[in-house]
Amino acid sequence: MSIDQQSTPYPGESTSGRLGSFMRAMFAVVWKDLSAELRSRELISAMLVFALLVILIFNFALDLDPASRREPTITAGVLWVIFVFAGTLGLNRSMAVEKDRGCMDGLLLAPVDRSAIYFGKVIGNLVFMLMVEIIVLPIYSLLYNVNLFNPGLLLVILLGSIGYVAVGTLLAAMAVQARTRDILLPILLFPVVLPVILAAVKASTGFLDGSEMEMILPWLNLLIVYDIIFSAVAFMVFDYVVEE
Amino acid sequence: MNSKPRLLTILDVVTVLLLLVASYMVFFYAPQEAVMGDVQRVFYFHVASGWVGMLGFIGAAVSGIIYLIKKDRKWDIVGLAAVEIGIAFIFINIVTGSIWARPIWNTWWTWDPRLTTATVMLLIYLAYLMLRQGIEDPDRRARFGAVYAIIGSLSVPLTYFSARIFRTIHPVVIGSGDPSATGSFDMTPMMTQAFMFSLFTFTFIFIDLFWHRIRLGQKTDHVEQLRLKTME
Repeated sequence: MSIDQQSTPYPGESTSGRLGSFMRAMFAVVWKDLSAELRSRELISAMLVFALLVILIFNFALDLDPASRREPTITAGVLWVIFVFAGTLGLNRSMAVEKDRGCMDGLLLAPVDRSAIYFGKVIGNLVFMLMVEIIVLPIYSLLYNVNLFNPGLLLVILLGSIGYVAVGTLLAAMAVQARTRDILLPILLFPVVLPVILAAVKASTGFLDGSEMEMILPWLNLLIVYDIIFSAVAFMVFDYVVEE
Repeated sequence: MNSKPRLLTILDVVTVLLLLVASYMVFFYAPQEAVMGDVQRVFYFHVASGWVGMLGFIGAAVSGIIYLIKKDRKWDIVGLAAVEIGIAFIFINIVTGSIWARPIWNTWWTWDPRLTTATVMLLIYLAYLMLRQGIEDPDRRARFGAVYAIIGSLSVPLTYFSARIFRTIHPVVIGSGDPSATGSFDMTPMMTQAFMFSLFTFTFIFIDLFWHRIRLGQKTDHVEQLRLKTME
């Protein structure tokens, strides 16, 4: 009987059906974000130009002479500052567009699990952030004459971005509903996300430095633990954030 | 919204008396520390106010969880009260610590795990207050406050662990300490008594302030409801 039934997206039919509809809802949100971005190119271009400006400012602010430019600690620190600032810009915008024209209300009316919306937004934001990072890395390598093509570094960037976006999406959903929404997100996000930045900078420095795996592993573990804890908790409390 | 409970008045008096006795013990009863001298006396209230700060933040996270489950405004008031008291005492903790660190570590500040964690705690809960300020709808304000208190309370221990992987110079007086920490010392029995008494006193201060702040929160809530009623 259930075979000839079309896979209806109603939750609660069977375990596999529920998972299937969850995945479909999630990727629908991701696809919506990606196709909107593909047409407007507002978010990525803003994040990217901003990232380039931060690179420029750091060049003068730290007055980087060629020797210290290649210091792994400086490279890792500057890179993560760029990612964090550009990421804040993207997170705020991606939630503000949902709020502005009542898109969020429309999304919430859809008969899908709300955590599907959360994970959809997280994946969308993660894709934007990774795209910016992928473009920034070669530009940074070129401008500062350091080789950043290190598989370990790429792994750290992926893990760090997951943690950052997981908690950032949740907090951005809260920030856009406040009166002071333009200034609120960094204030909410930075102190909470500090452990992930600390671990990411340390692990990046380790990989750029060519340290032994023993030295880097605690930081990688910390990043993974952070990613898991914050995705799980954000998943549990997201309902309360979007509830009307 | 009735008059002040008798028990609260008694608690006020007891707390003030305890604070007087604790101050006496810190300044006169406890012996002078051999190496550091009188500046070591900061330690008693420094640790005690850190303890109260921790209590406040744990209280905020727990009442946040209860609020999200029960949706009772009472727990929102409790959470806000806990955060406000926590901020005040963690600030006292940081300032007294800096006063001690200037002669002992020869600097006002270092990015040691405990100092970093205390600062991050302060920043998280300042952000909590700013978040609440930006939201008018009381139910949403309560929900967001609860969510942020939970997220913040998860982040604080993680900050501590990540900063801990660095070498620390902060002395660990209670429990096994690293002997290489600068400014460590062993407590004599009289020091321990003064210290324990300070902890005890500050716990009383916490309960007393907490009670007062919750009453204030209830009254604010009541006034707001009355105002909405007259506006209708």
